[in-house]
Amino acid sequence: MLNMNRAVFAQPHARRWLSAAAGLAFGFAATYPAAAEDTIKIGILHSLSGTMAISETTLKDTMLFLIDEQNKKGGVLGKKLEAVVVDPASNWPLFAEKARELISKNKVSVVFGCWTSVSRKSVLPVFKELDSILFYPVQYEGEESERNVFYTGAAPNQQAIPAVDYLMSKDGGSVKRWVLAGTDYVYPRTTNKILEAYLKAKGVKDEDIMINYTPFGHSDWQTIVADIKKFGSAGKKTAVVSTINGDANVPFYKELGNQGVKATDIPVVAFSVGEEELAGLDTKPLVGHLAAWNYFESIKSPSNAEFIKKWQAYTKNPKRVTNDPMEAHVIGFNMWVKAVEKVKSTDADKVIEALPGIEAANLTGGTSKMLPNHHITKPVFIGEVRGDGQFDVVWKTKGLVPGDAWSDFLPGSKDLEADWVTLKCGNYNKVTKKCGSNPS
Amino acid sequence: MHRFHERIVALVFAVGLLFVAATVANAGAYEDALIGFTTDSFGDTADAIDALTSSGDPRTGPLLEALKDQRVLYSAETKKVFIKDQSDKLIDAATGEAVATPPSDIEDVRLNNRVRGMLDAALGSLTLLAKEPSKRLDAAQAVFKSRDASALANIDKALEKENDPRVKKTLTEARAAIILNSADSSEEDKLSAIAVIRDRGDQDALGLIDGLPSDLPPAVKQAAISARGKIQGNLALWNALQNAWYGLSLGSVLLLAAIGLAITFGVMGIINMAHGEMVMLGAYTTFVVQELIRTYNPALFDYSLVIAVPLAFVVAGAVGIAVERSIIRFLYGRPLETLLATWGLSLILQQAVRTIFGPTNKEVGNPSWMSGAFDLGGITITYNRLWIICFTLAVFVALLAMLRLTRLGLEMRAVTQNRAMAAAMGIRTARIDALTFGLGSGIAGIAGVALSQIDNVSPNLGQGYIIDSFMVVVFGGVGNLWGTLVGAFTLGIANKFLEPYAGAVLGKIAILVLIILFIQKRPRGMFALKGRAVEA
Repeated sequence: MLNMNRAVFAQPHARRWLSAAAGLAFGFAATYPAAAEDTIKIGILHSLSGTMAISETTLKDTMLFLIDEQNKKGGVLGKKLEAVVVDPASNWPLFAEKARELISKNKVSVVFGCWTSVSRKSVLPVFKELDSILFYPVQYEGEESERNVFYTGAAPNQQAIPAVDYLMSKDGGSVKRWVLAGTDYVYPRTTNKILEAYLKAKGVKDEDIMINYTPFGHSDWQTIVADIKKFGSAGKKTAVVSTINGDANVPFYKELGNQGVKATDIPVVAFSVGEEELAGLDTKPLVGHLAAWNYFESIKSPSNAEFIKKWQAYTKNPKRVTNDPMEAHVIGFNMWVKAVEKVKSTDADKVIEALPGIEAANLTGGTSKMLPNHHITKPVFIGEVRGDGQFDVVWKTKGLVPGDAWSDFLPGSKDLEADWVTLKCGNYNKVTKKCGSNPS
Repeated sequence: MHRFHERIVALVFAVGLLFVAATVANAGAYEDALIGFTTDSFGDTADAIDALTSSGDPRTGPLLEALKDQRVLYSAETKKVFIKDQSDKLIDAATGEAVATPPSDIEDVRLNNRVRGMLDAALGSLTLLAKEPSKRLDAAQAVFKSRDASALANIDKALEKENDPRVKKTLTEARAAIILNSADSSEEDKLSAIAVIRDRGDQDALGLIDGLPSDLPPAVKQAAISARGKIQGNLALWNALQNAWYGLSLGSVLLLAAIGLAITFGVMGIINMAHGEMVMLGAYTTFVVQELIRTYNPALFDYSLVIAVPLAFVVAGAVGIAVERSIIRFLYGRPLETLLATWGLSLILQQAVRTIFGPTNKEVGNPSWMSGAFDLGGITITYNRLWIICFTLAVFVALLAMLRLTRLGLEMRAVTQNRAMAAAMGIRTARIDALTFGLGSGIAGIAGVALSQIDNVSPNLGQGYIIDSFMVVVFGGVGNLWGTLVGAFTLGIANKFLEPYAGAVLGKIAILVLIILFIQKRPRGMFALKGRAVEA
């Protein structure tokens, strides 16, 4: 887990040459005249340097792994797949530039990429203008549905709301008081707005909700943890819903552990903490704190066991962990392959038409389906942190939850509907019966 | 078979016939309750714990303790529950016999927060009479939290025997908590219970009083309101002290991060944007030291930081000297170019570390003496923060002494005050420049060792501190170590007193605005250098 990225190729160009060389070698071996036209190119747009490299590098490796696996099975439509890796370096405008480079210069058929919402927003105009496809694998704040984008991560109703439901239930401790703590940017702010509206709809009073925002990379959590302790000792069961961004979590959990906030007193449920984030932590003081995801590495299912085995063999690291956004890429990639095989073409328009309705197995034993709103159906799991840095699933939704692009708990958003099959619109207003004014 | 066995046990322990009968009946309850552990459902496990505690069976305590340590296993097929003892041997929980060949479908009984909370409460009332005072204290605290009315009899029994004053106090408070929350205790009892809780006077006491049922007799209600006022006044005072402590702690972190910069920027005048990366190198040195210790000699783990400090100084210092010799010395007197060059250097160092160690966070453990916290009156002091304050002050004093008392320090001061004159006196200024820059970088490396204890060890570690460090040095007064000290603590404390009112984001903005205003008024910071050194 710790040295998982020892062998990461931080220089995208070296990696690109390597894969190109590999493709070439294979071409010769198969005695086909090796030429670039014989491959289907897949763009990978994940930061390999800068702040976000911590999360995104793994996704690049996942894509290379999936492409490798698919090529072993004979590729798609009789052609080999070829990965084109670029490094947008955690720099949002550079994402747009690199996306343009992938689509117009490298002529990729599809792009898998982005992590932060701001990077996704920055590439949107490029994908619309050049009419290509983006698969976005990370849980996000919703309130978006674009023709060219397929959202394989969780929408708020596939992560945040089930987590709150669990904490309100008897098994979750019948929580009555809520701390919504997050990093100060668009995902936590929108998610907390949705959660606040949801909690109030459930009869939670204003004084029982505390909302707290911190800057990116916040490292001095003393005051906030003390405040949470204070808020939590008012005689009602309290829980913290954390949308704290990856990097700031380690000092946050360290402070919780040191100030003796135990999960049995005040549980913390996190939406951005997975197996990878826990890698930098001694998890023993954190046992019992929660995370809500659509996938956990510890879930026992034959497809998950096989995936982990192959992944660790591919990365030559028996300790390498898997996580939720990786699974999203697995589902997204398989859906794209199926759609391409269905229409027998990689033409973006045809594939976009074909994708809604396509089903692909997820790693937890179910089958996810691409919906007309370009989100997918996913199961929701609540896991408790174990002493070994993995999660123990303590609750899951019955069946799969369809992703909802526009939250039903926000004014303005609840009247909107996304449907790219019949309505051909990403923000159709059910009241005015019009496709929204903002570009879609 | 085990029925008979139970009878024997019961006969030995019980005095009267009635007791025997009762125990036999309860023994059946114990076995019945065990089935609840075999269904892999948290609800059933919770019910089973309830049934076990009410069975009064003597085997319940050890079983629940094993469950809390995750040493209880079950087999769904044979409906049997097993306890793993300290030497990993399996024991049948019902019969107490060792099991040679466990069933094939054996699994851990899983816990969640609700079950863990119930276990704490149940064990609390069961271990009130334990031998070790620390265990009794934990038990009393668990009962205070759970307010479980069924523990009252046990508490009274324990209170009679207790002679440790701390445990006795907690027991009395736990008793008061139960009495206040039970409907059938008398008004007098409740009044005295409120007095006990008022004297406890902390956040938990306030929570207890806030959470009281609303149907209290008027006299009790009155007493509760006045107790509430008293506790709140008490807490307000402690709150201010707590904020001051947090401020000191944040200030010490700022000082630690800035102190190396006070040398390279403050004394030498180099705008060193790669300062944060020297801190990061120190943190990674700590990581490497801990990895080596984990692999070769885990017993040394508690000393890992002590070993890492000199190594971090050497590593970061050596990198600093190399940087000065290869880049910075060509740029003296050209601040803009220095800024750009060191900024580029910081990116190079970050990416180098990312390539070598990978982009993910590295786990740097806290030695046992840096984990946990203790209560001082109404404030919680965490050990890691306490040690960091001590360490920061030690580094500061050592640096000051070095500059004042050693020959190298004298030469450094001479070169920064008047380079031409120092050179004329035979000081090799180029060598001093390299050493000074190395010293500043080395101290940044030491800071990295301490910061690895409270922050992420990732390639981005340094970025988070560079702005704060410049802020401290500029605010305190360029070229003055004492200014850096006062600046760091002023900013830390101001930040922590603003944060509860303004929030972390606005608090930080407010601090920046205040600094801008302050710099307008006093461009050279709080402690400006005077005299000829300013023009040099």
